[in-house]
Amino acid sequence: MTLELVCPAGTLPALRAAVDHGADAVYIGFRGETNARNFPGLNFAYDDARSGLNYAHARGARVFVAINVYPGPGNWQAGVDAIKQAADIGVDALILADPGLMSYAAEHHPELRLHLSVQGSATNWRAIEFYRREFGIQRAVLPRVLSCTQVQRLIARTSVEIEVFGFGSLCVMVEGRCALSSYVTGHSPNMQGVCSPAHAVRWEETPDGRQSRLNGVLIDRYAPGEAAGYPTLCKGRFHVNDSVFHALEEPTSLNALDVLPRLVASGVRAIKVEGRQRSPAYVAHVTGLLRRALDSCLSTGEDWTAPRNITAALDHLAEGRTHTLGAYHRPWQ
Amino acid sequence: MMKLAVGPVLYLWERTDALSFYESLCEAPVDIVYLGEVVCSKRRVLERDDWPDVARMLTQAGKEVVISTLALLEAESELATLARQIDGAPRLFEANDYAAVEYGAGRPFVAGPHLNVYNTSTLNLLARQGARRWVAPVELPLDTVAKLAATRPPGLEIEMFAYGRLPLAFSARCFTARSHNLAKDDCGFICGSYPDGLTLYSREEQPFLTLNGIQTQSASVQNLHPHVSSLRAAGVDVLRLSPHSLGFIDVVRAFDEAVNTMGATEFPEPYLPGGYCDGYLGGAAGIARAAHERGSRAPP
Repeated sequence: MTLELVCPAGTLPALRAAVDHGADAVYIGFRGETNARNFPGLNFAYDDARSGLNYAHARGARVFVAINVYPGPGNWQAGVDAIKQAADIGVDALILADPGLMSYAAEHHPELRLHLSVQGSATNWRAIEFYRREFGIQRAVLPRVLSCTQVQRLIARTSVEIEVFGFGSLCVMVEGRCALSSYVTGHSPNMQGVCSPAHAVRWEETPDGRQSRLNGVLIDRYAPGEAAGYPTLCKGRFHVNDSVFHALEEPTSLNALDVLPRLVASGVRAIKVEGRQRSPAYVAHVTGLLRRALDSCLSTGEDWTAPRNITAALDHLAEGRTHTLGAYHRPWQ
Repeated sequence: MMKLAVGPVLYLWERTDALSFYESLCEAPVDIVYLGEVVCSKRRVLERDDWPDVARMLTQAGKEVVISTLALLEAESELATLARQIDGAPRLFEANDYAAVEYGAGRPFVAGPHLNVYNTSTLNLLARQGARRWVAPVELPLDTVAKLAATRPPGLEIEMFAYGRLPLAFSARCFTARSHNLAKDDCGFICGSYPDGLTLYSREEQPFLTLNGIQTQSASVQNLHPHVSSLRAAGVDVLRLSPHSLGFIDVVRAFDEAVNTMGATEFPEPYLPGGYCDGYLGGAAGIARAAHERGSRAPP
């Protein structure tokens, strides 16, 4: 039984960093509106993707390409072209969310291994079975909404490999089922591959403190000296009844190391790290820490607990410098 | 002829309020009524035995009844309920997760707004599975809907979310319980205190979102009443009106006039904080209000 460490890369240096520090697989996206990290200056041109693939393969690592938006008629061709490019350079798997693109890939490139993206919103074995029956998917990435017990029960009912998130920024909503960003900015993960995009962000210094706005809507206000985070709209402070608080989620990162032995025992096949938008140094650091954690967990077994120095080092790199088990831990819900 | 549909009640209402609401729909000028729980599997708006009675009452009043199903399915018990609902659906069920498409494959169904249909390829795929009607995702601009309508599979109807607080997101977390410092597993059905959801404001008191259990909605009501002729021209067959707790029948009547008599009755003033919005229609931010800046009766 193998457990794969799947790490993010938004650039060629980040891909090399992930491979050099122990990733079993690296996932990347092409430039443009075909993947869920469509940020300025990020992602791979065709030649870079080919170089990255060669670099990874020479060192025994695999490369997956995420084409995980839901293209409308206007950018359908871009999605199809991205699939062709990925097939052409011989990637190890495509990570897709849109059933239409899956249908295209299964028909025109049957040799390509298909993974269902977290953006596919499959939270139960029966939904996964739909994609397996229709398109022959070999792996599904689970949205960050299931408890450990639910992950375990789901794996017992499916023949599809299951990949779960181990570390990184936390989506509090079911991935692929969130239109909050387009409600405020007109741009969403599903359509343009962005959430709370930078072009809609405005920072203001006011007598009440520093403020962040997203397309004019006040997302948060910080007291003098208080650390200010990126205004992802679900992580702002809002007024509900008589309280002002992080009404949806605090700025925090997911860290699943405390439940890693349970996930391994459940039969999870891959642990994913979020963060294609992160720097090569971040990717190197997180990959190295996760590699150490996975190796020691696999050799120790069910009694393994996360070493304090690894957790502390990951907290140092985390959003808000703190972590949560998220939905894996039922009381979070 | 364009049809009017009443969407599933997205909130936790008292049983008596829900029953009188459905009774009032018998006389209302609507063609289709969606019944069933889409948001939270713990809620029991009506008892299991009530639903067939309500369905029968509406069918006898000449309405088409569709059984809506849950959008976020996690537990085995939820999949069992899903199977029971699909097996018991009088004619059509509404699939809001691919688990429903998988279980009901081959039977006629409505592809709900949470199935993420953004292109012709996905729409064709669902039609092959048995979809007879498609409810567009709320963020899809009208020109995209029109393009998909132009190449739609034969006989497939197209429905749009034309009125109501927009269902924007689902989570594992119950935000209503959390806002009352209650655990999800011990929520005491606190969402029942908010028959139109719990409004979330920015710190400048702008009505922004609505907490409805595990669902997050817009605070503004999307109102496409000023755009009925554009919707018709785009090939939309059915307008979905999403219920709220007060004055909903007046909204239904105003839409009926716009659809059937081209009348120009005064549209009811918004009673929920947040007013009206319609930005998604033109591909802008959903919160934007294009028509309503110029008054609710302005032409599209």
